[in-house]
Amino acid sequence: MRLPKQPLFLARTVYRKRRLRDAARMLPIFGFVLMMLPMLWPNSGANWVYLFGIWVGLIASAAILAKGLGSDTDETRPHRDLGGEDAL
Amino acid sequence: MPFNLLVLICLGYVVFLFVVAAWAERQAKAGRAGFLRSPLIYPLSLSIYCTAWTFYGAVGYAARSGLEFVTIYLGPTLVFVGWWWILRKLVRIGRVQRVTSIADLISSRFGKSNLLGVVVTLIAVVAATPYIALQLQSVTQSFGVFASETPEGWALPNHEATANWVAAGLALFTIIFGTRNLDANERHHGVVTAIAVEAVVKLAALIAVGVFVVWGLGGGLSAVSRQINQVDLTAWTIEPSRWGTLIFLSAAAVITLPRMFHVMVVENPNEAHLARASWAFPTYLLLMSLFIMPIAVIGMQRLPDTNPDMLVLTLPLAEGQGGLAMLAFLGGFSSATSMVIVETIALATMVSNHIIMPLLLWLRPKSALSSDLRGWVLNSRRISIMVVLALGLGYFRLSGGSEALAAIGLVAFAGMAQVLPAILGGIFWRGATGVGAMIGLTLGFGVWAFTLFLPSFGDGAILPMTVFEQGLWGQSWLRPNALFGTEDMDPLVHSIFWSMALNISGFLIGSLLTFPGPVERVQGAAFVNAFDAEFQAERLGWMQGQAEPEALLNMAQRIMGEDPAISFFEEQARAQGKDGFLPDLTPDFLTLLERRMAGSVGAATAHAMIGQLFGRAMVTVEDLMAVANESAQILEYSTRLEAQQAETTRTARALRDANDKLTQISVQKDSFLSQISHELRTPMTSIRAFSEILTEGDLPADKVAEFGRVIHMETLRLTRLLDDLLDLSVLENGSVQLNITTANLGLLIDRALAAAGQTRPERVFDIQRNYTSENIFLRTDADRLVQVFINLVSNARKYCDAELPSLRIAVRQKGARVVIDFIDNGAGVPKESQGIIFEKFARLTDTSGSGGAGLGLAICREVMGTCGGTISYLPGQKGAAFRVTVPLRIGKIAN
Repeated sequence: MRLPKQPLFLARTVYRKRRLRDAARMLPIFGFVLMMLPMLWPNSGANWVYLFGIWVGLIASAAILAKGLGSDTDETRPHRDLGGEDAL
Repeated sequence: MPFNLLVLICLGYVVFLFVVAAWAERQAKAGRAGFLRSPLIYPLSLSIYCTAWTFYGAVGYAARSGLEFVTIYLGPTLVFVGWWWILRKLVRIGRVQRVTSIADLISSRFGKSNLLGVVVTLIAVVAATPYIALQLQSVTQSFGVFASETPEGWALPNHEATANWVAAGLALFTIIFGTRNLDANERHHGVVTAIAVEAVVKLAALIAVGVFVVWGLGGGLSAVSRQINQVDLTAWTIEPSRWGTLIFLSAAAVITLPRMFHVMVVENPNEAHLARASWAFPTYLLLMSLFIMPIAVIGMQRLPDTNPDMLVLTLPLAEGQGGLAMLAFLGGFSSATSMVIVETIALATMVSNHIIMPLLLWLRPKSALSSDLRGWVLNSRRISIMVVLALGLGYFRLSGGSEALAAIGLVAFAGMAQVLPAILGGIFWRGATGVGAMIGLTLGFGVWAFTLFLPSFGDGAILPMTVFEQGLWGQSWLRPNALFGTEDMDPLVHSIFWSMALNISGFLIGSLLTFPGPVERVQGAAFVNAFDAEFQAERLGWMQGQAEPEALLNMAQRIMGEDPAISFFEEQARAQGKDGFLPDLTPDFLTLLERRMAGSVGAATAHAMIGQLFGRAMVTVEDLMAVANESAQILEYSTRLEAQQAETTRTARALRDANDKLTQISVQKDSFLSQISHELRTPMTSIRAFSEILTEGDLPADKVAEFGRVIHMETLRLTRLLDDLLDLSVLENGSVQLNITTANLGLLIDRALAAAGQTRPERVFDIQRNYTSENIFLRTDADRLVQVFINLVSNARKYCDAELPSLRIAVRQKGARVVIDFIDNGAGVPKESQGIIFEKFARLTDTSGSGGAGLGLAICREVMGTCGGTISYLPGQKGAAFRVTVPLRIGKIAN
């Protein structure tokens, strides 16, 4: 007998959505650290390419996250927790 | 290009904007504002962040300090890509609490304190005035650029005149579209649409110039990239502290700038648009800054002597690209005008709501009652718009418009960022108090003004040089550029560090040490739990998207009554030109309905009820308090009514009792009179009869003697009766004179027994006494007491029906009183008669026929009352038993 590949967890969608929101919240912190990184480099010549690269990366991440979070009404019910039938 | 053509194009563009705005207003009014809700408009309107400072200034900034200019865009990018849930919370709170401006938000959060509103308004006005001046300056400068290029040699209209015209035009536009109506949620569809159009224009213009520079002048991407990398980097070294501070500053500014708050929160049509804006707005910013570096680098190479702030214009002009320059000019013009319009609307709302209106209502309280309060508000807002623009113009003229654009912009950012701790603390921390916010704001604002704003006018311009050198009041730790001795910091970083540090500390400590008022606490909970509260409300089924006329009619019926409600609705529908009972839900109709309902349930309740049926506008604390006040008044009124009614009932009962008593007394009087006439009549009858017989004479002597004896007996009885009556009336009037002596109780009883022995002397009574217990000396009216005893003993002798009658006299001392019981062994007094035996003429059955008139016990009661004692019937003694209680020493009460 094989173990099921996915752990038994009912409100998977809600859970995913919540982690997606966490990711969105962390994004600015990552972004800020990455933006501060050039300050530690000796030569800042290629900075602008790097910076615009991060910028595009942040926007792309935001677009992906927004797609997942965009139409959610989940945020309004932070306490309706993990009930299986609530999976959106 | 002829200057006149430029002006013409400019005017044409403005007219175009007017048309767009007017069209959007009309569409919105007709309910066809679908395009306004399109998710594209919202991120475009957010582009209000990019002002003329961005449009022209960013190139200048890049030319001066290299890559640092991007920090202004990186901060907002960070906020939008991940922290738009902060903005979303602001939007939600803004909608629920009907927030109209950033000052309103803070004032509302901290217990509707208008003082805080005033402080935030002042900060906003002070910070924004240079910023507005900056926009006027950039427009004027861009006119100047074209003017200097004119070969015709027309005189450049002086800067001030140009600025005046621009300011006047902007004021006109703002007043027309910013104060057209007084919407509850402060939406300005026309303005938002015009801004979105302008956003497209400025982006297109900058990209067009960028494309021209990169591919037209620079020779392609890689060539330009090489050129950028070859620039001498010494002037472009980036200070890490400044870099980080600027990112933070712009992130703070994107939340706190009045115009950003206005488009982001107040004009937000739908929360979900924020999700799209989370990447769309950063994309816009990215596109806006994409070509800044190439334009700056190539511009500086080709036109090294020009003002780098105007490179976007001068570069195409120098290359002979008149059309492109025109587009760039329109882009800059758009940036400046859209910023000024929205900033002015936002500031005017604050100034009008927090300064002018309160002042007006304070000066003329009666105007609040006037029906044209809307007119007042609109006018005050129009005046505010002109005041704000006049301030900007004044600053522009004062400063002469010579500074680098970026510097002023950063000063304004730093000033507005002082509001950030109060906002974030207010929406995430329930413990934040108004006092804390006030301390933080004042400290931050003060430090900002001292270290950044006032020095920005130039050394010695406002702050004297001595302050810069020696510090305020000669305190060297109070130097504007080296607060607390921190000399090595960059002035901007220094100012932001100290102002934010003191601001946040003041806010936190002030909040921790103070106690919020009730409104503040409720508001704090509502703000911090904005999402939870709605979740709760949703679950309770309170939220109803849009009110249906039926729902309103239903509610109105319940409140106004069925027929009045239906006829009111029908009448209104007819007034709107509709058949049936359901009118359209126009504001006029709702106002009327609210007023009608207010007549029944009170204004606040009516407002809250209609508000509840509409949208997400939740009932605010003030509404609730007003409702509570109304209910309290009603409750108080009904309590008062109840109390009055209770009192009336009490009075009525007292009156009824009194009436009953009077009736009783009247009956008693009647029966007394009839009794007394009967009692008097009986002996008189026999006396008359016998005296008549005697008068006729010729009677045997023994008969005469017998009749004479009868007459004598009857007269004696009459005398006794009259004596008793006299006695009783004296006693009852309380005018009896007591003869107080000291007497031995035993002797008194002896006297009584001896005197009473004459009553039915034929009966042999067994008298049981305890002489030892009777040996008590009383200080009382002995004769009166004996009279009572005689009465009781003779009663026993008269009425005791036992075969072997006996009378027991028991004496006990109880404290200061003596209790004397007279108990015989007869049948006693029937229970139903026990209550009346002490009444006058209450003789029960006169078996002896020779008794008194039934006044004996009544007299006894009066006597005992006079002597400070009591007499009562003692039931349950197997015979008639009377208890007499006398005080050992008669008090002074008996006069």
